[in-house]
This record gives sequence, C-alpha cells and structure tokens, in this order.
Amino acid sequence: MIAEPVAIDTDVLVIGSGAAGMYAAIEAARCGAKVLLADRSLIGRGGATVMAQMTVAVALGEETPDDWQHHLRDTLAAGRGLCDAKLARLLCEDAPDCIREMEAWGVGWARKDGHITATMAPGHDRPRCVYVDFINTGPAVSKTLRTHMARNQSIRKAGDLCIVDLVVGDGEATGAVGYHLSSGAPVTIAAKATVLATGGLTRLYRRNSASTNMGGDGYALALRAGATLIDMEFVQFFPIGHLAPRLVGMDPIMWDPFRYKLGGRLLNGNMEEFTSRYGSDEDGTYRLTRDLATYAIIKEAEAGRGAPHGGAYLSFEHCSAAALRDAFGPVIDRLAANGIDLTKMPVEVAPIAHYHMGGVKADADMATDVPGLYVAGEVVGGANGANRLSGNAITEALVFGRRAGKSAAARTSKTTALRHLRPQDARRTLDLARGDSGAAPDANTAAMIARLQAIMADDVGPLRTGAKLHRALDSIAALAAGLGNRPPGDNAAFDLERLDWLDLRNMITVARAVAQSALNRNESRGAHQREDFPDMLPQWQVHQSIELAGAELKLFGAPAEAEAPAP
Amino acid sequence: MTATATLRIRRGSADDTGRFEIHEVPFEPGQSVLDGLRWLRIHKEPSLAARYSCINANACKECMIQIDGETVYACTARLEPREMILTPLPNKKLIRDLVTEIAPPSERFR
Repeated sequence: MIAEPVAIDTDVLVIGSGAAGMYAAIEAARCGAKVLLADRSLIGRGGATVMAQMTVAVALGEETPDDWQHHLRDTLAAGRGLCDAKLARLLCEDAPDCIREMEAWGVGWARKDGHITATMAPGHDRPRCVYVDFINTGPAVSKTLRTHMARNQSIRKAGDLCIVDLVVGDGEATGAVGYHLSSGAPVTIAAKATVLATGGLTRLYRRNSASTNMGGDGYALALRAGATLIDMEFVQFFPIGHLAPRLVGMDPIMWDPFRYKLGGRLLNGNMEEFTSRYGSDEDGTYRLTRDLATYAIIKEAEAGRGAPHGGAYLSFEHCSAAALRDAFGPVIDRLAANGIDLTKMPVEVAPIAHYHMGGVKADADMATDVPGLYVAGEVVGGANGANRLSGNAITEALVFGRRAGKSAAARTSKTTALRHLRPQDARRTLDLARGDSGAAPDANTAAMIARLQAIMADDVGPLRTGAKLHRALDSIAALAAGLGNRPPGDNAAFDLERLDWLDLRNMITVARAVAQSALNRNESRGAHQREDFPDMLPQWQVHQSIELAGAELKLFGAPAEAEAPAP
Repeated sequence: MTATATLRIRRGSADDTGRFEIHEVPFEPGQSVLDGLRWLRIHKEPSLAARYSCINANACKECMIQIDGETVYACTARLEPREMILTPLPNKKLIRDLVTEIAPPSERFR
C-alpha cells in the first residue's frame, strides 16, 4: 500500500533542534514568520548542544577588559590562515549580544562578584569563556531555548521527523520531504525558506563525542540540493576524550573543564610529561591547542610510550579532595560511582572525533548558493578555518542561528512571489521517504555503519597519508556498492533498518567528501595532518570546495601545482 | 569462556500482541545496558528498535526503559552477567519494541 504523504505548509522550515536550530526558529518567529521546527530525534535533546559540557567563548569584558576584535584575532590565529573572515567576524561581533539575550532568558551563566565570570581556555589571550556550573553549559543552553520556544505560538515543533531530502524547484529551495519516524508516515513540507541546522559529522568515526544523529546528513542534503561544501578535510579531534576506565553517564569530553579549573598533568605510559617533545611546553597551565595535543598523544603512543589502552594519562593526583569537590561538586560523586577517585589514580585519555570545521558555504547572512536555503551552527563551513578555537561552537550555534532565522524570515516577507513546492520536484524523494519497497534488507545496515566508522577512524583520522586515504576511498566504494538503491522495509513505525539505510546514504557521501578533500590537500594545516606532507605550505592557504556533479563529487579550489613532499 | 549477559527483550508494536526474545551479548565489567543493545543491533538484530541519541553522556534522556520492572536510563544502567528483562515504559504509548512516545505533546509531530 502506498501511503499518501502528510502535507504541511510553512513560512520557514528549520531542520535540527540544537541551539542553532532553536535560536533560528525563535528569531524567525520574532520577525513575524510561521515556523516549523523539525528534528529527527526529540526536540532539543539530540545533537551536540545538549552534550556540550564545556564553555562558550564571548568577549563580554565583564571581569577582564575585552573586545570582540581580540576574540576575532584569536579565532583567526587558531584557524591557521583559513578562516572565512566575514563569518569569523560575525561570530565574534554578535556573540556578546546573544550571550546576554540567553542570560535574559534565564540560562544562568556562572557568576562571581556580581558579574558573569569567564575562564581561560587554550588559544585565547585572556579569560573569555563563560559556562554554567557544574559542567552543565549545554543542557542549560538547550533547556533555556526549549523553554523560551514553549510559549511561542508561531513555532510548530515536530520531533521524530526525519528529513530525507530538500526539495528544489528551478534552482530554489521550496521545502523538504521526510517521514515521521514513529508512525512511518511520509511528509512533504512546503517552505518559503529552509534553515539547515543539522550539526556536524562526528558519527562518521568510531570514537566520537557527539550524539548518534550527527552523521553529517545536513552536508548531504545541501550537496544534493545544489549547495557547495568547503573545507571538508578539517575534522577536529578533541585530544583528551575519555578512554578508560569505562565511564557511564558522562560526556567523554568532560576532562576539558577539569583542565580549565585545575590544570592537570598529561603523562605518557611511563608517567612522564611528554608534550615538550612535540614543541609545546605546558608549564603546569593548560595552554596546549587541540591539534598539537592530538598529534603529541598519537605520536607518543606510536613510539611505544602510550598508556595501556593506547592513549595518555591525565592526572589530577596533585589536587586535594577538597579542591576537586569545590570545583566540580556532584560530578565527583558521579566519578566515584564509576570507581574513579582522582586523588588516587589517573584516567586514560585519547583523541576523539569532536567537531567539523568544514561545511556548507554561506555568506554573512547565512545564505547558501541555493536561494531559499540557509544554514546555522556546525553545519556551516569556514568560520573556524583549519582548527576551531575552544569555546566557539556554542557561540556560532547561537550567533549563526539568530542570523539565519532573521534572513529566512526576511525572505518570506518579500513582496515578489516565491516558488511553491511542486509535486514533480518532490516525487523522487517521496519514493524513498514513503518506504514502500517492502524489500527485506540485503545487509545488516547497523553493521555497515560500524564498518564505515572503522574505515574513517583508521584511515581518515587525525594523522593521514595518501596511501591510507586511497585505501579509505576504496573501502567506502565497496561499502557503497552493497547499499543498493532503495531503503528496505515498508512504512512501519520506528524502523531503524530503514533509518540506518537513509543515514548510510548520507554518511557515505559525506565520508567521501572528507577523504577526497584530505587526499587532495598535500600539506599539513591545523586539524588536517598529512604525515607524507608534514609542512604547512603558503600556496595551500585556499579553501577547497565540493559540489555534486551527477553521482560524483567535484573538488574545486586547489592550487594549480602541489609541491612535492620534503625529502 | 567469555562472560555474557542474557537480555530478555520485549518486542513488537502497538498493533500486535508482542513477544519476548532472548539474546546473549558479550559482557565486560563497566558496560551499560545500552552498550549491549547497540552490540546486538550491529551483530544480530538490526531491526531492534531502541531510542537513544547521546550514547553515553546521560544528556539526551531519551533511552528510558524498564529493566526488571524498574524505570532506568539504558545508558547508565550497568550490564550484568545474568538474565535482565528489558521492557518498554508501561505508562507511555508503545511505538515499537523498547521505543515509547516520551515527547511532551507540544513537541510531537501531529
């Protein structure tokens, strides 16, 4: 039986309900638009925001004098010459306003002596990172935006709504086609403007610090709609992700706030400090940038000096129980429930996929190359160049979300007639979304996702070579060949095999985009480290762009001649 | 012989009478029940429906189920080398297997 789609009409469709999507929805509604906020998971619960236990970079200057231009200088320096200056500027300039608006909405930034307090984080020239105690920044941001939306009658919220593709008519975005996961019903959404706020791609990797719905679907949706991706080779690995002993109920990136407050010592398997071997000395303070720390931990393990599970030790044994309790309160009890007493033992940490610098190309209004399609948050490419500064992720979610919501609403209020979603433009995606093939799955799609994560972790990880990247592209092609053309199953409720199939379709495209861009960039810069091209080269201070040409990914923007590797 | 946990899992949708399936998964001390469910999907039962997003952080609060009749988060409940009975939340509308309708009404697609 072919299910008839549920048809929805809205001014603005926002896809993804992390901080970027929620702020975009709020701003679009504030500008007078009718909004549909769709999330493939529950509203405000999936995605990266709710997991962000860390800090938010903003030049508030309440404690230490500061200015957004100082924040911008640090952002550009961290980006290793590759930040899109207009996006980086927007991020830093609008941040204080957004952070204060969040405060007015009740987020509860940590305070000291009557003002919002800020902590020092690596790469910043002064304390600039605000947070919510105890390690509660992301959940507080998420809850604040969710609560603020609850009273807003202009925002219709739709959880468990998975978008399969955007709809494009004569080159303009006119909405999307998806299906309701918990009933299986296909859905068409006609929208005058669409905001993609789907987050990053960390689910492509075996060990990652984000939720299971961060499989890069927004990049694939944008590509198939005709948008351009940039900087796809730059995947940020968070150097000190928790590795051992097994720890449940905590985000694996939780050690960063510990280091902000207490320093901590990074040690190799012989309990020696080692980062100075790789050109960075910590002097007991936490200043090591993410790309350098990732490199040092992997190289130390390769040299046979790693900790037992292949990472490095992180020790707070020099801190007193009272100091730990004072800094982290109830978190100390959660650690104890996992058998971890920081005064008596180190933990083991290792790099973990954390954030994607690359993404959809956009201008300072968050408009993409496709009229009617806007982007917000991590799915945007370019603002953070080759390496993101600590604390800029939630900042960009808020700033870009607000700007995208405003731009999308402005489009809907234009007097000129906008194209409406036409059935013929939606038909092909509807065939996928309505899930009427009835076919039994040819393969275990959950296992195929695990296989893709292994390929990416082993061969497209932080330290790359041409040989590994070629092997990865071959392995991805072999995996893709086993996927077939149509999702298995029919339109049953909560069919995870169907969802896995649709996810794999996106993940394979995005994995190829990362590997191809990485293979083509014959240098090392920021988060992209090529062991066969170890130097950063001036002629590579360029963005690589990717577009979809038929079934192939086309790469643009590389320098005419790549230099041979150093002998 | 390696240790295993035996998961007795209630499966089925709102439209059928439902059934229990018994699956063995490898057990390592410290693992969560969600680790066991994820292993099961990858290695044996990709059609098993369970709701979760954040995997490990207990931040998304989506993985609420009952284990041996008690409501818990699957991501923080420890896997144990014994039989564990996994059922969907009894006071929420069943969608499929361990998945129930837990979103507030105003945040549901309708």
